[in-house]
Amino acid sequence: MPSLKDLKNRIESVKSTRKITKAMQMVAAAKLRRAQEAAEEARPYAERFNAVMAGLAASVGGADSAPKLLSGTGSDQVHLLVVMTAERGLCGGFNANIAKLARSKAEELTAAGKTVKVLTVGKKGRDAIKRDLGDNFVGHVDLTEVKRVGYGDAQGIAKDILGRFDAGEFDVATIFYAKFQNVVTQIPTAQQVIPAAFDSAEDDADGAATLYDYEPSEEEILADLLPRGVATAIFSGLLENGASEQGARMSAMDNATRNAGDMIDRLTIQFNRSRQAVITNELIEIISGAEAL
Amino acid sequence: MQFDLVSPERSLASLDVTAVQIPGADGDMTAMADHAPTITTLRPGILSAEGAGGATEYLVTGGFAEIGAAGVTVLAERAMPKADVTQADMDALMAEAKSAMEGASTDALDDASKMVADMAQAAALLGLTA
Repeated sequence: MPSLKDLKNRIESVKSTRKITKAMQMVAAAKLRRAQEAAEEARPYAERFNAVMAGLAASVGGADSAPKLLSGTGSDQVHLLVVMTAERGLCGGFNANIAKLARSKAEELTAAGKTVKVLTVGKKGRDAIKRDLGDNFVGHVDLTEVKRVGYGDAQGIAKDILGRFDAGEFDVATIFYAKFQNVVTQIPTAQQVIPAAFDSAEDDADGAATLYDYEPSEEEILADLLPRGVATAIFSGLLENGASEQGARMSAMDNATRNAGDMIDRLTIQFNRSRQAVITNELIEIISGAEAL
Repeated sequence: MQFDLVSPERSLASLDVTAVQIPGADGDMTAMADHAPTITTLRPGILSAEGAGGATEYLVTGGFAEIGAAGVTVLAERAMPKADVTQADMDALMAEAKSAMEGASTDALDDASKMVADMAQAAALLGLTA
């Protein structure tokens, strides 16, 4: 049975924890709004870009001269997994879920006899998969200093990946991130960026119906746009991740705040009971002392 | 005719215009209503959209323009209103283009040096030094 003083200290400490989690929740809520806005503002570009690319890819894709970024290297032996996670923890299962998806994909590929290489973006994901995939790490991108993810950051990562592709370091690249559904749901997603894969479902509405003139040729435009496509995909991933992280943190901290509240209630009841017991004890002692006289 | 200028980070402009001058990779072109559907890549340069309230000009680098029945959509990797471009911005873009030229392989050297030249020309149009 803890003493009254211990209980009191305990209650105080849980109270200050609750204050911290409450503050973190509110900060996450504010950041979430901004992250969501950023993700929404970036959507028109990505959508138009993919629509045009899908149209181009459909018309050029079959040709032998198609760029490697679209048709692949002709092999799928070496896979590069780009695992994008947060730089900070305390956001529920956000980092763990992405890491889990990446790990299971890596296991699957290894079982199929493929070589797996891992590029990590974000410290937390790196820590989470270090034990299992530490030997496969080929690089790490640190975004700790970045307050607000810009297209430039995505371009930097894309440049790194494309450099490795040109050097023949891998055949297939897949990015891992969490798609933002709502505050409580973030879906860990794997998306193949090299060779480029496009949703063909989108271009049936108006894209395919229009016959475009291309200046310069289709092939040249495609060769120019494919590397940008990698950057665009990474940028969308980073933005989705940003919103997901804040959403996950918000609900995790909301839970933590509620738990702390429950804990305080429980401890307060225990504290009051103990105090009551102490008073009763004292009374009994006094009464029995008086009786003994 | 509807004109949209979109950068990866946000949508910069959405206007009703009569003509759009696009710095295409193979030369400038002006798109007006009922232009043939065209997709062109951009070179660094000045994009000008003429509307009822006069022309609005932007500095754009990289990306592409899609001219369709509904209007013109320009997806520029980087775009800023002409008036907001400072010498520092220009210097940064120029330095980037030059470093790309230095690092370029012989195959890509032509493109890279063209990029630098286009950038210099854009700077001159803006009244800045490259």
